[in-house]
Amino acid sequence: MSSASDDPRHARPAPRRSFRLSWADERVRNLVWQVLVVGLVGGFVYWLWSNTAHNLEVRRIATGFDFLGREAGLPIAESLIPYDPSMTYLRALTVGVLNTLKVALAGIVLATILGTFLGIARLSRNWLVAKLAYWYVEIVRDLPLLLQLLFWYALLQGLPGPRQALNPIEGVYLSNRGLKLPFIEWEPAHSWALVAVALGLLATLFYRRAMRARQMRDGVPRRVWPFALLAMIGAPVGVWWAMGAPFTPDVPVLRGFNFRGGVDLSPEFFALLLGLTLYTAGFIAEIVRAGILAVHQGQWEAAQALGLPRGKVLSLVVLPQALRVIIPPMTSQFLNITKNSSLAVAIGYQDIVSIANTTLNQTGQAIEGIAIIMLVYLSISLSISLFMNWYNAKIALVER
Amino acid sequence: MNETAAPTAAHSALSAPRRGPAQGGKAVAWMRENLFSSWWSTAVTLALAYLLIRYAASFIDWAFVKAIWSVPTGANGLPDTTSCRDNPGGACWAVIAEKHRFILFGTYPYEEHWRPMLVCCLFVGLYIVSAMRRFWNWRIVPIWLVTLTLIGILMWGGVFGLSYVPQERWGGLPITLILATFGLAFAFPLAILVALGRRSRLPAIKAICVLYVELIRGVPLISLLFMASVMFPLFLPEGMNIDKLLRAQIAIILFAGAYLAEVVRGGLQALPKGQYEAADALGLSYWKKTLLVVLPQALRIVIPPLVNTFIGFFKDTSLVLIIGIFDLLTAGKTAFMEPHWQAFGVEVYVVLGIIYFIFCFAMSKYSAGLEAELNRHRRR
Repeated sequence: MSSASDDPRHARPAPRRSFRLSWADERVRNLVWQVLVVGLVGGFVYWLWSNTAHNLEVRRIATGFDFLGREAGLPIAESLIPYDPSMTYLRALTVGVLNTLKVALAGIVLATILGTFLGIARLSRNWLVAKLAYWYVEIVRDLPLLLQLLFWYALLQGLPGPRQALNPIEGVYLSNRGLKLPFIEWEPAHSWALVAVALGLLATLFYRRAMRARQMRDGVPRRVWPFALLAMIGAPVGVWWAMGAPFTPDVPVLRGFNFRGGVDLSPEFFALLLGLTLYTAGFIAEIVRAGILAVHQGQWEAAQALGLPRGKVLSLVVLPQALRVIIPPMTSQFLNITKNSSLAVAIGYQDIVSIANTTLNQTGQAIEGIAIIMLVYLSISLSISLFMNWYNAKIALVER
Repeated sequence: MNETAAPTAAHSALSAPRRGPAQGGKAVAWMRENLFSSWWSTAVTLALAYLLIRYAASFIDWAFVKAIWSVPTGANGLPDTTSCRDNPGGACWAVIAEKHRFILFGTYPYEEHWRPMLVCCLFVGLYIVSAMRRFWNWRIVPIWLVTLTLIGILMWGGVFGLSYVPQERWGGLPITLILATFGLAFAFPLAILVALGRRSRLPAIKAICVLYVELIRGVPLISLLFMASVMFPLFLPEGMNIDKLLRAQIAIILFAGAYLAEVVRGGLQALPKGQYEAADALGLSYWKKTLLVVLPQALRIVIPPLVNTFIGFFKDTSLVLIIGIFDLLTAGKTAFMEPHWQAFGVEVYVVLGIIYFIFCFAMSKYSAGLEAELNRHRRR
């Protein structure tokens, strides 16, 4: 049946065989299969498409994205940009995208920190630490995320009101209105200091590259940390000092029935962030643990035999190799956090899914609403995986 | 085994600590080694032990000591929950005692509850049989077909003297198990085809499979479920309608298919190239090669990740709550909707958590054991 036995490819350059219209010709078979599959799939999609067009016409549902310019009239509780219900649907959906990005970013950072910590804790030589981390991971991973979110939300709603708010540390209040944290009054000096930190980071990277190049030439290792300290901490503090060193703490205070001042995390946002972080940290812990275990014991021993101290063994030998194993599954966890933040709709945090859902209920334009949701997530997913692929390629093993 | 054990024994004989004089010396040595090996370790142990004891004590206090297990019936015929509400420091398990049938089986006719009960047992039996390596061959297919048919007959009824129960009245745990199991049963063959398509040399087929997998994996399950609930009716010709549960089931199958396809593809890639070449050398056709040589080996490799993916879907079926399908989580959430039970959501969620945990923990233990067994040859 197969043409493999008389295939002359490996013996000498294949002569151009004449095209015969016969089932025995592999090219004919390939063509027939492809035409068949494409035809079936295309036909099915066309059937769905024509049904949809017909249904839309019969039910007199408008199509197109004209509704984006109309007044939304939907209230949104929390927003990073100025918004009120008299603005357009486009603005409302933008608020939703920003809310999704806000919770996803915060979740990624917190879950990575907690997960790394737990992953290392699972390998601890201290029995109690290892066992606690094990049971944490096991429990968190074996419960549906939606159940955990609803649980945290129910727990937060069961808390006392602002007047009897829990006050674990001075200035931090936890009540059924959410979490209030103290902050500082933001002034231009703080923004400039942040700019200085970013510039310092950039300068350090260039400095390190230059020092590496020199080391490559003469073999003398050079210290980078004094420069890094100066650029990333010294310079910003200097900027802040030069601009008058403003520092006014902004502590939440109870006024009437609610708090004033400080940073405010709504119960919905807090429950979602808590749920996403605790859930994903369990998965990240397993990834980190697997990554560290994947580094062969011999690598530890070889590094120790070279006389490297334990810290350098970790940073120069073990971690760079573990990272290679860790990065790809970590990428999918970051994507999972972003996609899982869509569960916000169940507890009433207004992310893109929640707002697009309200929009499609108000306008009746289901196809456009769902297309917007999918487009937003596809572009976020694509950006994260492009970035992580770039990073992965950068640290990948250089092979032949 | 022996050559690795010998040096260890010699090593421990050289540096063996003197045996402690008191009884339980072994325990003390173990604690020294594992809990108090350094001042840092000791500090961590003590701090964690303090926190653990404190929180465990307050949890036991809430869940058992101060808990209320049943409430009397009030004057209006409804349960009187004032005793529960006056007891904020303790759990109110009365809500479970009162509502457990509803949480497990939803609005299924009360006197017919043995049917969904039996269905749950059948599902568990099916999982156990599928977990046995003895059945990892063609025999598994008829077993699944027969069990799933039996489950359909039990749920719907209408034959063999069973009364007919419309699908709108199904609910609770059977719905969760149906969504997860039927989802897997249909998604798995789809996933194998897509995985083969993605590895195919035919560009058109490969493109379709890549597009399908990447599109589905790039969007959250919720958006697919929304699509199922509001867009599927538009896709069908006028007059044709499929019910909500089936639509959600289709969305879950499409979703699961994409993820399982990636798992299967992992197995296809892990198979040594020599296997493909040997099959080609024997002159086997593509389908013979795939069915007789490639798939039996590739699927065996991916059984542990398949079980893990299945755990994920089992948990993800809870998302149908958002489009209003009556699965276990929705039934639980509805159970404390009534005003007098409203304050006791946490208790219901704890019980739901235990149910989900039992299923997922069993599967994850099984997968871990299997992985260790399948990898045995790789260890020294």
